Order: sequence, then structure tokens, then C-alpha cells
Amino acid sequence: MSNSIRPVHLDEPAWVRRLLLVVSLGFLALFLLLPLAVVFSEALKKGWELYAQALVEPDALAAIRLTLLVAAIAVPLNLALGVAAAWAITKFQFRGKQALVTLIDLPFSVSPVVAGLIYVLLFGSHGWLGPLLKAYDLKVVYAVPGVVLATLFVTFPFVARELIPLMQAQGSEEEQAALTLGASGWQMFRRVTLPNIKWGLLYGVILCNARAMGEFGAVSVVSGHVRGLTNTIPLHVEILYNEYAYQASFAVASVLALLALVTLVLKSVVEWRGGRQLKDQALPSEFPGAAPLQLKVAG
Amino acid sequence: MKASISTLGILHPPLARPGRARRFGVLPGFGLSMGFTVFYLSLIVLIPLSTLFFKSATLDWETFWTAVTAPRVLASYRLTFGAALLAALVNLVAGLAVAWTLVRYEFPGKKIVDALVDLPFALPTAVAGIALTALYASNGWMGRWLEPLGIKVAYTPLGVVVALIFIGLPFVVRTVQPVLEDAERELEEAAASLGASRLQTFLKVLLPTILPALLTGFALAFARAVGEYGSVVFIAGNMPMVSEITPLLIITKLEQYDYAGAASIALVMLLLSFVLLLFINLLQWWQARRGLGKNL
Repeated sequence: MSNSIRPVHLDEPAWVRRLLLVVSLGFLALFLLLPLAVVFSEALKKGWELYAQALVEPDALAAIRLTLLVAAIAVPLNLALGVAAAWAITKFQFRGKQALVTLIDLPFSVSPVVAGLIYVLLFGSHGWLGPLLKAYDLKVVYAVPGVVLATLFVTFPFVARELIPLMQAQGSEEEQAALTLGASGWQMFRRVTLPNIKWGLLYGVILCNARAMGEFGAVSVVSGHVRGLTNTIPLHVEILYNEYAYQASFAVASVLALLALVTLVLKSVVEWRGGRQLKDQALPSEFPGAAPLQLKVAG
Repeated sequence: MKASISTLGILHPPLARPGRARRFGVLPGFGLSMGFTVFYLSLIVLIPLSTLFFKSATLDWETFWTAVTAPRVLASYRLTFGAALLAALVNLVAGLAVAWTLVRYEFPGKKIVDALVDLPFALPTAVAGIALTALYASNGWMGRWLEPLGIKVAYTPLGVVVALIFIGLPFVVRTVQPVLEDAERELEEAAASLGASRLQTFLKVLLPTILPALLTGFALAFARAVGEYGSVVFIAGNMPMVSEITPLLIITKLEQYDYAGAASIALVMLLLSFVLLLFINLLQWWQARRGLGKNL
């Protein structure tokens, strides 16, 4: 069969096209839509009343409060790190830059369980600083500070990953022009740099926040699972599930699923609004180990 | 030739020799931003991670070796790496199909499908875990149909693979998609005009172009799957020697107050992820070089 006389010679045969569509959409439906649907179906299995009850129960409310608190600490701190790291890495030349980029990426390639473990080894009662903390009657592990630290670790690279390739591509001519025209360092940052990177910044914050609120493995190791005190929403889901309170567990899980959907919508909006600014991004920030500086050579 | 100058401004080559083009003093804030970055990085990442080395070092070599090669630990490596490999292979094929469909075909709801691909990044792993378990349990929407056929997914190693497919799904799609979008249709045109069949064009023209991205996506999915915990523990059943993953074993050791044992296994996992990281960086370097070659 010769394709060359057909005007659509750059297309696959119709049956291949149809097969690919069915296979890929079927795969996505099976692995993405079904799990999402089952969360809401199980959550509402016994009606809205029990659904609402599971959410306003004191332990659930405490978990929601803790999750919000952890995100409120972790996101701004990692935002500050992201901006500082991206500034140092993209605007200056120094020895060991590539190593620094790799180290910033490191938390992405560490298992969440290991991320939790290292804080237990550091701050636990048998850890390095355990005796010291005990002397001052401070508790880090199996308490809220441990949960915050573990979350800081796993969400560490998100904003930096987003900003480094972006600022690398933008160069520093605009900042230099601002300084030449007499702007102070802070004026230059606020009026030139910030508007240039705002979409990338927002994108990183959205992803960082989603991970901060949803982290399970690392937090699970350091939290100690004290109900009403050190349980975040994902840990509350686990406890309810292990107690065979399936409906309540899925009800709380559905809140996280909604959060994930909101994250996806916000992400799409940012991608759409900031399209031009973000176009230079080669990879979304979740990718561990992807070295943004190397990627940019291709541009 | 190094791509040191672009229309956007000055693009430094990734490993420019320091000393050349030193630019201290041009822009302010180097000390502050660098100082904060190094301080915060050390505090949150480097010092805590170093505890793994020091804790493992409290064991002599023999004890360390026994701790990381006990039969139960070896079984967990086999499951973790085997399932991660299998899941990454499924994602390699399915991810390519999905990326192809999203780039080359039009269908209603394409934008929504495209956004949904990132769901595994956004959905907390614990939620994914209980959802998949509910789906594949014997009374679940999928399990109901699979179990009469003799396929048990929940609480078996197969369940681990299913969870890891979910977790790794976006990686291949999102690495291949941009490369496929940039692929020049003229090359396919040329191949077709020279008499190549569509399959030949795909295998000899397109596949070499997207191969580095495809392998990068595969490696990323694999690396993520090896460390995964939340989505797996619910569906795995966690039977020692059969369906117990390495991260869970670390937690078990920790709960038995075997801190050195937990640290040793964690150290092995950490070193393996370093190797993977290196491999991924090599792949990306390869991909970047290809891109560069094309532009010149």
C-alpha cells in the first residue's frame, strides 16, 4: 500500500489512530478517573449527613488546622529559599554552581520515608540532639515541629526548580539597566525581577502548597500519630482507614482530592495566563534530578 | 561552539570555568542570597541527611552488611525494584501513546485530559492508596471483575505495580510531550516522500528524536517509584518476604527501635538514588546535546 499519493500521508492509518486514541484514553480513564471517582463515591456512600459529620468531627478539624499551619510555614520559607537560590545561581558565576543545583534537587530523589527518618535520627530521644532537647524539655519529633521540618524537606526544591530555568533564560540585562538608571537593589528586585518571574513564582507556590498539604510518608514517620495534636489530613485519613471507618476516611480523603483538582485548575490557569513567561520551562518542577541549567543549553 | 550568547541575554554554559566572566559586583545581593541558600540548605537537607552516614557508621562493616542483606531485606529490594521497573516499563509504552495522542490528535475534552495527566502529582499519595485499594479489593469496581478471572490485585505484589503505575504516569508523558511538539514535521515529510512507510518514518525518524526524552521519563518514573510509600502501603498487604517494600521495612525497623538498621537500609536506598540521579543527568545531557546539534 502506498501512502505517498494520499494528501494525509503524514497521518497514521485510521485504524492505528483509533487504536491509539482508545488505548491512551482508556489507560488514563482506568488509572486516573476511576480512582478519583471511587473517592467521591465511597465518601458519599452513606449520604451527605454522615459525610459532613466526618468533616466537622473535632479530630478532623484539628487535622485540617494543623495541615493549614504546616503549609503556612513551609510554603513561605521555601518561597524565600527559591528566590534566593535562583538569584544566586542565575545572576552570578561561582565555583560549584552545578553541585549546588544538584543539592537543591536532592530532596526530590530521597524517599519520603528516609526524609522522615533523618529527623528522627537527629532529634529523636536516641538521636544526636535528643539529650539536649530533653534537657530543655523540648519536643521536635512526634510533635508539630517535626511535622513542619519533614514538610520543609520534601517541598524544599519546588519554587527553586521553577525559577532557576526561568531566570536563567531571562538573563540579567533588565536588572543591569535598572541599576544604571539609578534604582536601588530593592527597587530593581521589586519593579523588574518580580514582575518578570511572577508566573513562575506562582506556579512553584501552587505545586509546593499541594505537596505540603498532601505529604504522607515523611510526615507519617515523624508525627507519632497523636490524634488531634500531630495528625495532618493525610494521616487522619490513614487512621480512619485502619480503624475500618471507610466512609469517614474517604470523606476526609475527598477534601484532599478536591484540593488536588483545585491545584490542577489553578496550574492550568497559570500556564495559560503566564504562557509566554513560562514557555522557557522545559520540565514541570516535580521532576527529580532534571538539571535545569543543562537543559537550558539547548535553548 | 558553546551557546553562550542568545537573543535573550547572556546564557552561561552550564559549567563555565569560574574566573572567566566573573561577574561579582554587577548586581547586588550575591552574599545575601547565597548565604541564605547555603545556610537553609545545610540546616534542612545536608545536616539531617548526614545523620544517615554517621548512624550507619556506628555499626562495624559486618553488622552493616548483615543488616542490609538479610533475606527479608533482600526480598524487599527485589519487590521494590522489580515492581518499580515493571511500572516504569508500562508507563514507557502507555506514556508514549498518551503523549502522542495529546500532541498529534484532536478530540473533545483534550484540554481537560491534558490537565488531568498531572493528577498523580497533585493527589496526596495516601488518597491514591486507599482509592486504588477500594477499586481492586474483591468487592471493588475492578476487583469484582478481575477476581473471578483469577487475577488478584489488592494485597499482592501486582497491587504494588498498579500503585506505582499511577504514581509514575505523568513522567513519561510530560518529558516526551514537549519534544514531540518541537519535532519538525518536515523530516517526516521528507521520509514519506522518499518512500518510507509510516511505521518506518516513526521508527527511523521520530523515535531517535524522542528517545532521550523517553528514557529520561522512564528513569524519572522508576526513581520516583523506588522511594514511593503512601500509595503502596494500603494496597500492598505488607506481608514480609512477599509484598513488603523497602521504605516500609525502614519504618518497621524504626518502630522496633533498631535505628542503626533503619539508617543502614536508608543509606543503601539513598546511594541507589544517587546513582539514578547521575544516570538521569547523563540522559539529560545527551538530550541537551541533541537539541544543540539541531540548532546549529
